[in-house]
Amino acid sequence: MSLMLEPNPEQLKSQKVYKEMGLSDEEFAMVEKILGRLPNYTEIGLFSVMWSEHCSYKNSKPVLKKFPTTGDKVLQGPGEGAGIVDIGDEQAVVFKIESHNHPSAIEPYQGAATGVGGIIRDVFSMGARPVALLNSLRFGELDSPRVRYLFEEVVAGIAGYGNCIGIPTVGGEIQFDASYEGNPLVNAMCVGLIDHKDIKKGQAHGVGNTVMYVGAKTGRDGIHGATFASEELTDQSEEKRPAVQVGDPFMEKLLLEACLELVQSDALVGIQDMGAAGLTSSSAEMASKAGSGIEMNLDLVPQREAGMTGYEMMLSESQERMLIVVTKGREHEIVDLFSKYDLEAVSIGHVTDDKQLRLLHKGEVIADVPADALAEEAPVYHKTSIEPAYYREFQAMNNDIPAVENYKETLTALLQQPTIASKEWVYDQYDYMVRTNTVVAPGSDAAVIRIRGTRKGLAMTTDCNSRYMYLDPETGGKIAVAEAARNIICSGGEPLAITDNLNFGNPEKPEIFWQIEKAADGISEACRTLNTPVIGGNVSLYNETNGTAIYPTPVIGMVGLVQDVDHVITQPFKAAGDLIYLLGETKPEFGGSELQKLTYKKIFGKAPALDLDTEAEYQEKVLAAIRSGLIASAHDLAEGGLAVAVAESLFSPKKLGADIHLSGDATTQLFSESQSRYLLSVKKEHQQEFEKLTGAALIGEVTDTHTLQVFINNEVVLEEQTEVLEKAWKGAIPTCLLK
Amino acid sequence: MKFAVIVFPGSNCDIDMYHAVKDELGCEVEYVWHDAGSLEGFDGILLPGGFSYGDYLRSGAIARFSNVMKEVVKAAEAGKPVLGVCNGFQILLEAGLLPGAMRRNESLKFICRPVKLKVENNETMFSAVYEENQVITIPVAHGEGNYYCDEETLVRLKENNQIVFTYHEENPNGSLEHIAGIMNEKGNVLGMMPHPERAVDELIGGADGLKLFQSIVKQWREAHVVNA
Repeated sequence: MSLMLEPNPEQLKSQKVYKEMGLSDEEFAMVEKILGRLPNYTEIGLFSVMWSEHCSYKNSKPVLKKFPTTGDKVLQGPGEGAGIVDIGDEQAVVFKIESHNHPSAIEPYQGAATGVGGIIRDVFSMGARPVALLNSLRFGELDSPRVRYLFEEVVAGIAGYGNCIGIPTVGGEIQFDASYEGNPLVNAMCVGLIDHKDIKKGQAHGVGNTVMYVGAKTGRDGIHGATFASEELTDQSEEKRPAVQVGDPFMEKLLLEACLELVQSDALVGIQDMGAAGLTSSSAEMASKAGSGIEMNLDLVPQREAGMTGYEMMLSESQERMLIVVTKGREHEIVDLFSKYDLEAVSIGHVTDDKQLRLLHKGEVIADVPADALAEEAPVYHKTSIEPAYYREFQAMNNDIPAVENYKETLTALLQQPTIASKEWVYDQYDYMVRTNTVVAPGSDAAVIRIRGTRKGLAMTTDCNSRYMYLDPETGGKIAVAEAARNIICSGGEPLAITDNLNFGNPEKPEIFWQIEKAADGISEACRTLNTPVIGGNVSLYNETNGTAIYPTPVIGMVGLVQDVDHVITQPFKAAGDLIYLLGETKPEFGGSELQKLTYKKIFGKAPALDLDTEAEYQEKVLAAIRSGLIASAHDLAEGGLAVAVAESLFSPKKLGADIHLSGDATTQLFSESQSRYLLSVKKEHQQEFEKLTGAALIGEVTDTHTLQVFINNEVVLEEQTEVLEKAWKGAIPTCLLK
Repeated sequence: MKFAVIVFPGSNCDIDMYHAVKDELGCEVEYVWHDAGSLEGFDGILLPGGFSYGDYLRSGAIARFSNVMKEVVKAAEAGKPVLGVCNGFQILLEAGLLPGAMRRNESLKFICRPVKLKVENNETMFSAVYEENQVITIPVAHGEGNYYCDEETLVRLKENNQIVFTYHEENPNGSLEHIAGIMNEKGNVLGMMPHPERAVDELIGGADGLKLFQSIVKQWREAHVVNA
């Protein structure tokens, strides 16, 4: 490619070249008005990426405003690389979730790997040491060879990047449903730790200060990645493979260590990751946030390939790069620091006072545009929202109880559903122990890592049941937050805040936009009641394949504080003789449940109801009981209901069994997915105190028989050896992959 | 006794090794950057796990050319204890301080989980505090831990009791004769794929690895008490 091929400003307009870049006629007219002249090819490139949904949130901004984003402990809300929450002792936790859905649909290994790399950079660009990774994945059903390929490669990509850089992947969730067949979801979350004094921001302050480029060289990979992320996938998307970046975790490990040394230097003014829209977003946003301008000479940008144009350099999404601003005159200190890690640190420009982003290349000014216009002044669209017909139909339905003939077979079949089945095949490939702080490894409700040198720990989880979301996005939104919080509670943590990843279809369709609005309403209300503000996140729209949208999937990433690692609780039953309790009310609620899907091969009806006040009350009670040392094991009731939760609590090397006594309708008791419920086990000596504190119902006892026995109205309805159930549960995913 | 934890670009278990020695073993320890020209003053050398140089080309193949490796070889020749874990083991193989080579795991997948090991030889400076044939639980986390050597080497390893640890019951990577850790003929260089530094604290899943470090210290103290 050469400059010769770039259309001139008149051609850009007359041939509507901007449309290929994702800009509309109206948006092009806005750019023309902002500049007071026709933009050139480079300039329109800058606008097109910065005004893409991925970078500007132009379609989702009105919805994002609904979220509560402040709180006593919030030190940094949305707007920077990642949000920050105080955890006492001058320490804070930094976290964010981000999607890499479209790249992963085309090139699953690199798509997933660079998703991990990007979110790690967001966290260490704040000055924080990344301490844990999580993820949230969605795939089609495993009976398709393409889906199996995507699943295996995404997992390998996450493992490949996280293991190499040495940050433990401690948790996550995976669900399988046909709606994700052509459009898998790959959301990665990173959690970091920071001392308050080290918090850095992506701001270019101080006229005359030097803009430096650090890290890997710029190549032609990932050009227009942000634009690609903001359109639907089609059969032609394979052609967008060059928009997928390639990751180098070794480079990022060096960059990480160098940057963490850098944040200790008072020569550093500001730092930002070159993520989506690379050099463009980092420079424009740093200038805009500081109310300043930036001038850069692109001749000085380290380049991997010869003959790159300004357009290509500005739009490249090459990985493992950071833009920093340093005090003028101290550049050599930065160069020396990075050279220890064999990394380049190059001065490429300076901070100005004219609020312009000005780019020089080969002696010419190739772009001169207001930084605010790129970073802040993207148009905001208030999309039309229409309640879909399907929702009205589902709401009019009565709660249906699927017919179950054989409870043992049904439980076994549920345990084999890939969404419920053991994810050991996945997390065995993740180094979840490196840095030796992992107290609760993958496989329990929430992961817990200790904070070295203190008694404290951090509990973390990702959650979203997208079937409930589809049936009823508002209730589903509440449930997603509530379930994440229950998972944190069950591990002994107190929920602090959330990051969310709003994965939806095309917002230009009114029914989809309605889903987005309703989900945001539900999430917001739950966050207010449960006191977990939204400190940042990501929006991924246009998740459609050939016109069909995914289920609405706003993934909630939540972090909680464990006051003392002695409070850490895990899900497996601990000892024979312990009493088993159920906290929460069970109603016949099967809309979107695993049993409904298993029985009818489709979902319909109402999502389970959720009362947020009850939810908050139970969370408080369970946490109080845990902190008082009354609880031996805790497990949140989720997909598959009580029977699945009891079975999962038996799966441990301890070879235990359980006798469970219930009354009422067996199917409802065993498999309903009513919300706000916990399965808790308690040592006999704590029985009275525990019952007084929680009011939970005694439903059985842990036994040493290695058999699960369930009595309903005093009759045995289910009896099976733990080992048989565990084998079914563990073997399901490997068996699916062998097909 | 003072330990050095060698840090190569891409090492990522350096901090774990450091804290295992400092916090749990209670010994002195320092990080040594890969370009260091001396290891003087250190009594034991630890090569941690990770992905030195991204494991590009071959695990450990680039790290063996690091400046500090000449010093590691000298320390080994001087009889100082040298322990290489995971990537550290791979580097020791590439450097020729231990015989054999590493292949990708039989499953072709990275594997991370606690595994059972059998202490095959407890008469070494790395295993003296364990019982003979003791079964211990130590985590593995690697993609290339499938140890291989030719038959002649294997015979020698066996004759000299150089096989210190083997996988018990389940072999996670397909290694020859279930080998998990071997030492040199002289008995002062040990390479192992499992991570003893990850098993030094019950809170994070077990403490069976601590005895390995205690063995090193025990031998060193005995040697220095005798000399004094």
